[in-house]
Amino acid sequence: MTAFAEPLVLPERRGPAGRLSDFFWKHPHLLLTVLLAPPLLWLGVVYLGALFALLLQSFFSIDDFSGLINYEFTLATYRQLLSEANLDIILRTVLMAATVTVASAVIAFPIAYYAARYAQGKWKVLFYLGVMLPLWSSYLVKIYAWKLILAKEGILTWIFEKLHLLWLLDAWLALPVVGGNSLSVSYTGTFIVFVYVWLPFMILPIQAALERVPGNLIEASSDLGGTPAQTFRHVLFPLALPGIVAGSIFTFSLTLGDYIIPQIVGSSRLFIGQAVYAQQGTAGNIPLAAAFTVVPIVIMGAYLFMAKRMGAFDAL
Amino acid sequence: MRSDRLNRSPMGLKIAAAAGLAFLHLPILLIFLYAFTTEEKSYQFPPPGLTTQWFAVAWNRPDVWAALTLSVKVASIATTVALVLGTLCAAAVSQTRFFGRETISLLVILPIALPGIITGIALRSAFSMADIPFSFWTIVLGHATFCIVVVYNNAVARFRRVSGSLIEASMDLGADGFQTFRYIILPNIGTALLAGGMLAFALSFDEVIVTTFTAGQQSTLPIWMLEELIRPRQRPVTNVVAMVVVLVTFLPILGAYYLTRDGDQIAGAGK
Repeated sequence: MTAFAEPLVLPERRGPAGRLSDFFWKHPHLLLTVLLAPPLLWLGVVYLGALFALLLQSFFSIDDFSGLINYEFTLATYRQLLSEANLDIILRTVLMAATVTVASAVIAFPIAYYAARYAQGKWKVLFYLGVMLPLWSSYLVKIYAWKLILAKEGILTWIFEKLHLLWLLDAWLALPVVGGNSLSVSYTGTFIVFVYVWLPFMILPIQAALERVPGNLIEASSDLGGTPAQTFRHVLFPLALPGIVAGSIFTFSLTLGDYIIPQIVGSSRLFIGQAVYAQQGTAGNIPLAAAFTVVPIVIMGAYLFMAKRMGAFDAL
Repeated sequence: MRSDRLNRSPMGLKIAAAAGLAFLHLPILLIFLYAFTTEEKSYQFPPPGLTTQWFAVAWNRPDVWAALTLSVKVASIATTVALVLGTLCAAAVSQTRFFGRETISLLVILPIALPGIITGIALRSAFSMADIPFSFWTIVLGHATFCIVVVYNNAVARFRRVSGSLIEASMDLGADGFQTFRYIILPNIGTALLAGGMLAFALSFDEVIVTTFTAGQQSTLPIWMLEELIRPRQRPVTNVVAMVVVLVTFLPILGAYYLTRDGDQIAGAGK
């Protein structure tokens, strides 16, 4: 019976660290609280608090004479938001976001497909880094590079000149909406820079979705007589769609909120981001700025809801 | 037979993929050329001549150094805060089951999922409502908020691979919770944390949108760049700084890649 002399329960640990460790072992919920409290205080209280405070401001209005905020519940600011000039800004931004998204998807697809299906070994690494490096390299430097490229005296004009295609560039710039004095002050320029800066955000989810498409599905489709176009239309594209939708969440959301790209490369007509910036800064109209920020939140909310129903989140 | 041919990529796809990658990289390479141009007043291409004098000019500019120092300081502290908070969050979410776990993941991702301008203006109006003057610390607060997600994502992915039986074995052998953390958990998640930290540093070092709202009179390097972009004062110096920024941000990205690429061969992953 001496075998039972050893106690079944280990003795309590000594020292403050040991006792604390035992205490958490016995009370796992307290450990969880200790782990979660700092990040939740930071994100839940500081960040969410700031967000709600901002949204609340959109229900206040600004006194036209004193320029001070009138802290009374009103929908006047939203009425102001829906004025013609502001609707124009919203429509312009949403159209730009939609075209940028479509163009990014078209350019991203071949890169993602090649990387997912054909690239092996060191080519796979090359493709991965080839997308990661532009994704992470400085946002402003990327915009700056395009300012160099699109400038009137820049490389693009030079290339068109060498190809004797300057007339084509001039004809494009003479077009009513997309044209302008030079590419760097036209919607075309803004569009190119948006596509360039957000493209990696589109490639990665499409690649993730395509990695999961078994190669033999493509083979089966062509064994059954499908042309490459039919295979793409009926097999590849539907399977890649969740990835495309996931990528479009990024390109759409980022374009909706950006105010720096249209400010540096583009015409003087405002986008939502610029309107928010101008309203909170020079105009000092925080309620209207807050109401403007509600627009991307609502659009993205609806977008995310649709994306979730299409299963886009599995491809993230 | 047809399958054999299908394993080679079609020419059109190859060209489209190569063109896409070229589109992503050529603009950045162009920055390197412009850092050496002798042209001061315009963005003329091809450059009329090449020189290295602008490196010396940029080196002797106190405003560039001040902005660089501030950026490094902000990024270091924001990364440290994000490392602590992100790891705590990841540990809680992956080691335990509790009500509202999904909400936590959403909350962490929110600062980066919402457009930066919303995060920025929300923090700015909160600071002004609470009468907090803009300072170094308001910049850090903003940066840490969106850096948490990078650390969290890396840590959660690694925690998922650290086998729970390793931790139980350590406890069974008599180690207390802190010893288990020090000798079992930390070595397993170390490289993931380092990678997450590097990415967070790169993210903070480059951030401009939130910073314009949370900085007072101080300018970080991206704010300095932005001012030069809107009102160019000395273009050659901007070119040199842009090139240096590209080189500096590439290092953490490559580092993070090499730290996490062997992610599947981690002790205990096979159970």
